[in-house]
Formats: sequence, structure tokens, C-alpha cells
Amino acid sequence: MTQDLVQRQTTFEATPINPGAWLPIALYAGLSLALIAALLWSMASGRYQVPFTHVIGILAAHVMDVTPTWTPTERIVVEVVRLPRVLTAAIAGAGLSLCGAVLQGLFRNPLVGPQTIGVSSGAALGGVAAILFFGFGIFVQFGAFVGAAAALLAVLAIHRSDSHSPILTLVLAGVVVSAFCSALVGLLTYIADPETKLPDIVFWLLGSFAAATWWKLLLLSVCTAIAGVVLIGMRWRINVLSLGDEDARTLGVHPARDRLILLTATCLAISAQVGVSGTIGWVGLVIPNLARIIVGADHRRLLPISTLMGAVFLVVADTLARDLTAAEIPVGIVTAIVGTPVFAYLLRRNATSKTP
Amino acid sequence: MIRIDRAGHWFRPDRWLFRDLSFALAPSEVTAILGPNGAGKTTLLRAVCGTLSLREGAVNAEAQIGYVPQALQADHAYNAIDMVLLGRSRYLGRFNSPGRKDKARARECLHEVGLSAVAEQRYDRLSGGQRQLVLLARALASDCSILVLDEPASALDLANQGIVLRLIQRLARTRELAVLLTTHHPDHALGIADKTLLMLRDAEHLYGPAGSVLTEENLARMYGVPVRRVEVHSGDETISAIVPLHGLSRTEPASIANG
Repeated sequence: MTQDLVQRQTTFEATPINPGAWLPIALYAGLSLALIAALLWSMASGRYQVPFTHVIGILAAHVMDVTPTWTPTERIVVEVVRLPRVLTAAIAGAGLSLCGAVLQGLFRNPLVGPQTIGVSSGAALGGVAAILFFGFGIFVQFGAFVGAAAALLAVLAIHRSDSHSPILTLVLAGVVVSAFCSALVGLLTYIADPETKLPDIVFWLLGSFAAATWWKLLLLSVCTAIAGVVLIGMRWRINVLSLGDEDARTLGVHPARDRLILLTATCLAISAQVGVSGTIGWVGLVIPNLARIIVGADHRRLLPISTLMGAVFLVVADTLARDLTAAEIPVGIVTAIVGTPVFAYLLRRNATSKTP
Repeated sequence: MIRIDRAGHWFRPDRWLFRDLSFALAPSEVTAILGPNGAGKTTLLRAVCGTLSLREGAVNAEAQIGYVPQALQADHAYNAIDMVLLGRSRYLGRFNSPGRKDKARARECLHEVGLSAVAEQRYDRLSGGQRQLVLLARALASDCSILVLDEPASALDLANQGIVLRLIQRLARTRELAVLLTTHHPDHALGIADKTLLMLRDAEHLYGPAGSVLTEENLARMYGVPVRRVEVHSGDETISAIVPLHGLSRTEPASIANG
């Protein structure tokens, strides 16, 4: 009788009031508001301060009649300089976090991200090669995609050769491929013409949204949208694949083709981001983990929440990169300063939870 | 319902795991596979499920197979109900997520194994017995008519072994499922199996009604340890049990191995 009671008590305690219904809606609404707020704040702040109300007025003037209270300079700063930049940051952050969450699910490993798995470095190598041999333009995008795909194939080839400790080998294979790509990037920058090509390459590699244009934004948006539709569309399949190949097969799903589709879409989004703004690390690794702590592992919720959180995070990081010091610091440095301690914490958390 | 025809497989060409293995599964019938470690039990199950292609012979399945793996790994942080819902995946397109009907079916199956109370709890925080039942519910959710289980009771304590095995037996009868399971406990086979397949050393095997295959001689030959089959009376029920004669009497099992 007592035991029965104890049992019931624990069951009751462990089953909280089902948060399923309202939590996601509140989260989506909150994150959407946060994203809008971050975008407006980002457009208002900087060396040339634009009042908040003016930013809203300038944007609203496109859809309704607003009596201008702002100066023409403010309009140019917001519309020409800052708007494409903040939108690029938002979409890049969304794409990176989405891809990170997908990769972590596919490889059943929370320590995987676009950077740790070598995709970002591969894209950087492809981009540098494209700048060196063809110059800027669509070639950079194409080169980044080819580089990303090649790096991913190399990582998978190394990974497959050892199945004893898959989680560790995957991360190590990523480190190896990243190191190799970085060496080749070093070689290419060394042989690049210091008068013409080198500044382009170095500036691009630093990772920044300072050079964002409407044209680059369009390119990034199209690639990220295509990848996003595929990845979020296949969110349930990612749940199935995260169980492992054997289980997926017995559940009637053929993992190989699904994985190929998912990885191709991932490469497309990551290489588009690298092509537009250079390598930006840590976003795709840290944000999905934070999202998982909040909404759980189910990719039906994790993917959209991670996407939104990534957009907010990178807009904030880019604004800080722009405003913290008199001279702009590359956004990759800001994301690394925030990301590395969080990654260290996750590594520790992961290590302790695996050995109960 | 499903026929295994002259099946044979090896991982090293000089060592057949099994060969010329033929048997069939019928609805409402439980078939147990017994054999020493490394005899190829799991390999045979994988071949039956179609995740491994045999070197020889064929598996002819005319109905949907539901597979229940061992619940050893607990690294999935999905809720119990979502784990069951994964069983619906074969009916969903690549870009589809489970709908209202799938969710209702999953709840039904979780209820059938008696775990409705933990539906919203995380799978990796359930007990071993509960995880095994969730995986069983997942297979049921795939609307299978053949149920294949890999050592469903091996990681469970005595009470949970009974719960899981009785449930399997009941499901076989009520849902007219053809059940195939592996086990290391001859008692379990005696308790719930209609047919038994013994996988012996050197790719040999014995197949037949559980009562007539699970003899002292056959089991001693298979495990290389002398055994006694004893009957225990409990009320008006008679329970058969297999008792190995190692350890207690300090006889050396090695001298009897391989006959």
C-alpha cells in the first residue's frame, strides 16, 4: 500500500502539467518578437545613431504614408547600409543554427557543428580558391559549395573506417579535415598576389557582414530558403535517422538517400553563408544545444526554434561587433568569445552525463 | 506468413554460423531461438527483418515485420510517446510528420503495454523494463503482423521478465501475431514458446515444438553444460524449469563441452 502510494507520488511528480500546448506557441512568439527587436536595435545603433522611432518610420514609409521626421542621411544609413547587413546576419545565423541542429541529429552527436565537422573550412578553401583563380562573384559561392561537399565527404570517409568510438572519431575527423583545409588556405594566401588578390582573400576570410549588399542577401536568402524548406520539411525523418541506421531500416526508412538529401541541403546553406560573409564559427554548434535544453530533442520543435534563436543571436553578435569598439571587430571573434566557453560547458556536461 | 528457406550465413568463409536452416512462422504462434553466444541468433533476426542479406537461402515475408531491439542504449532524449510514434514512420512520406491518426494509434499502443502514465516522460529516464515495453509499443504502432524481438527479457529483473513475456504471449494470441524472439533462458522458451529453434555449434540446428526440443540432452549439447529439467508445482499449475549443473557441484564444465 505504502509502496503503491510512493510509486504514484513519483509518477505524479515526474509528469508536469503538459507543457506541449502553450510552450511552443509562447516560444515562437517570444523569439519572433526578440528577432524584430534585435533587428530594429541593430539598425538604430552604431557610430551614426538613428533614433528608434526614425528607424520604424523609415521602414514603415514603404508600406504606408508617414510624414518624414528623419533626415535623408538617416534614411540612407538605415536603408542602404544597415538593412541589408542586419538581414544578412539574421539569415546567416538562422541557416547555421538550423544546419547545426540537423547535423547533430544525423550524427547523433551534440558536439557536431558546421565548423567541427569541417564543412565551414572546406567552404572557406573552396571560396579562397575561387577568389584566387576566378575573382569575386558567383564563383565564390560555387567554390564554397564544392569545398563544403568535398570536406564532408572526406570526413565521412575517415569516420567510416573506425566504428568503435563513432562520436569521438567524427569530431577528430572534422579536426583533421579542417586542419588540412586551413593548410591549403594558408598555401593559397601565400602564393596569392599581395597587390590584387591577397586583400580580398584576407578580408573575406575574417568573416564579416560589413560587405553585405542586396545582391549577396538575395543569393544567401534563396540558398538558405531552399535548404530550410528541405531540412525543416524532413524534421520527422531526422528523428528516425537519429536512432541509427539499423533502427531506421527496421522502421521502414532507407537512411542512405535521406541522409544524402539532408547533407546536400546542409552544404548548400553553409556554403551560401560562407560565400557571403566568410567563416563564422560556433553559432551552428552552440545555438542548437541551447535550443535542445529549452525544447528537448524532438526535431519537430528543435529545428524551427534553433533557426529563430540563431537569427537573433547573430544579429546581436554582429551589432556588438560593430559597436563595442571604435574600429569594427570581425563578428567571428565575437561568436568565438561567446561560443567557446559554452562549448566547453557542453563538453563537460556531455562527458558527465555519459557516465552515470 | 513468413518462411525462412534453407538460410545460411557466415562472416568468415571457413565458419558457417548456420546453414540449411528452414522454418516458418504462423499467426498466434511464438517461436523462440536459443543458442550460445556467437551462434548467430541476432544475425538470423537481422536476416528475417531484411537488414542483412543472407549468403544462402531466402526469407519470404508476406506481412509487415515489427522489430523490437534490445533496450540497452538509452541515449535518446525523446518522450516515450514520440518513441512509439516513430513506429508510424513507414507510413509517412519523406516530408510528412505524424498526424492526428498516427498520434491516436501511438497512444493506443502505449496503453496496450500499460505505459500511458509515462507518455510524456523522456525515454532515457525510464527504467530498463519500461524502455523495453516502449520499444514493443513502437513495433505494435507499425501495425505489424510479425513481431521480432531480440532478447526481450535479458536486461530485466525477475518481475519485469514475467510482465514482458506474458504481454508478448497475450499479444500473440489477441492480435494473432507471429512472434519470433531470441532468449538465453530455456525457461522462457518453455514458458511461452510454441516452437523452438536451437542453434548448436558447427552450424547445426534443431527445430520443433518447444516441449520436445528443449530436452536435457539437447540443451546440454548446445551449451556444453549438463542440465536438469525439473517441474515445480504451484497451486494447480506446473512450471517447467531448466537448471544448469555448473558451479554448485563444482564439476568442470569444460570436460563435457562439445560432447
